[in-house]
Amino acid sequence: MKYVLFFNEPAAAIPQDNTTPAAQAYWGAWGAYVTALAQSGIMVSGEGLMPPTMTTTVMMRDGKRVVQDGPYAESKDILGGFFVIEVPDLDVALEWAARSPASSVGHTEVRPVLPPM
Amino acid sequence: MPIHAAIESFMRESYGQALAWLAPRAGGDIAAAEDALSEGLLAALRQWPEEGVPKEPAAWLITAAKRRLIDAQRRDATREKHADELRAALESPAMPAAQDERLPLLFVCTHPAIDEAVRAPLMLQVVLGLDAERIASAYLISPATMSQRLVRAKARIKELGIRFAVPSVEHWPERVESVLAAIYAAYTLGRGDPADDSRDLTTEAISLARLLVTLLPEEPEAHGLLALCLHCEARHAAQWADGRYIPLPEQEVQRWQAALQQEAEQHLHLASQHQRLGRYQLEAAIQSVHASRQFSGHTNWPAIACLYQGLLTHTSALGAQVGHAIAQSHAHGASIGLELLEAVPKERAQSHQPWWAARADFLARLHRTDEARAAYQMAIGLSESPAVREFLRQRCATLG
Repeated sequence: MKYVLFFNEPAAAIPQDNTTPAAQAYWGAWGAYVTALAQSGIMVSGEGLMPPTMTTTVMMRDGKRVVQDGPYAESKDILGGFFVIEVPDLDVALEWAARSPASSVGHTEVRPVLPPM
Repeated sequence: MPIHAAIESFMRESYGQALAWLAPRAGGDIAAAEDALSEGLLAALRQWPEEGVPKEPAAWLITAAKRRLIDAQRRDATREKHADELRAALESPAMPAAQDERLPLLFVCTHPAIDEAVRAPLMLQVVLGLDAERIASAYLISPATMSQRLVRAKARIKELGIRFAVPSVEHWPERVESVLAAIYAAYTLGRGDPADDSRDLTTEAISLARLLVTLLPEEPEAHGLLALCLHCEARHAAQWADGRYIPLPEQEVQRWQAALQQEAEQHLHLASQHQRLGRYQLEAAIQSVHASRQFSGHTNWPAIACLYQGLLTHTSALGAQVGHAIAQSHAHGASIGLELLEAVPKERAQSHQPWWAARADFLARLHRTDEARAAYQMAIGLSESPAVREFLRQRCATLG
């Protein structure tokens, strides 16, 4: 089964300055998590994302285009990235979600991938 | 007594006992007994504000649940042929105050015909009255899936007609082991980070272990299990001091809870009088050796390694293998520890965090820095606890 893990973190947890010890701990934890995922042979694909300030939102409303800077709705947690993993079942996907650094400070959403039509 | 306090005290003290009495008299239908008890609780919430809390809230709730079970059976035409029988069972003497039938219920929940993974959750729900959502979070399973598994297990108990009885002598060891394993499984879940939600499950598991000791005072392994849980519990505050993770050999012994350790030692002593060693007594003995560091000032690693060797004749659990490797590494050197770790099949070890943490430590002690760093990366990546991640990161940083 393929699942996508969506990592949501509070803005305050994401380091602004990558030279601080806190930033090293932050990136260190993510680096280790990605290593563990890759080494376990379950990683299909995935990307980290630039911050929401770089988001452009597009909507069609009453036949008109609406383009907006930033995300559609302000939320406390920020989608920081996602991985597609291939695991036997939801139980295993949840184990990996629990290990993500995002789960300690924010939350990780687990969703099955739509099977091919 | 205020209403919520009366209900809370019922849930804490009498829920399991009430269910243990009702379920076999409802034809082994645990779900029906649970429904009847919930309806009784609802009736209490409706009636007590006007009528006042009855003198014996537990007896009132059990009577209310009984009445509802009888009504349900009357409505259910398919069960008509059993209905008289069941009604008779329910109507005849009221549940005597001293009658505790939780032991048969524990055996039912952990029956070999029930899927092993659902035995502990079932016990937590049925005997302690925990809700499925809370159990699901502790087990890291979706609440819908957990509810489904619990419903299925209860249906199976009813369909198979599993008897609400204490097993016979020839099945005794296997069936007791199954009860012990379920309680221990619940305890180990909660052993993590104190910030973890599953943490309060340890308290529940310990209360089950205590209950088992009172129900089975002649079973040495029941005492062994309780001693094991108490020893681990006694060190919890020291292990997670000031939001940091402190490994056992570095814990301040003053932070250990002496009262729990003494209680653990008493049970270990009671167990030893039966002269029948088992897995839980051995694990408790290992913890007991660790605890004695507070008197001797050092850890007797050779003794611990020896106890682990004994333990491994009872279980092939990965945790025990890693524990053995760690003990041997301190008793006879890190390369011995590493050899023992490498004997574990790779597919079993791959996503087991303690295996990687132990490997990283052994490699660091052997000055195999690059490999140690890689192992630390895996151990950090497999951790769920920020405190453990930080501890390992600092260890890794000292590699230079």
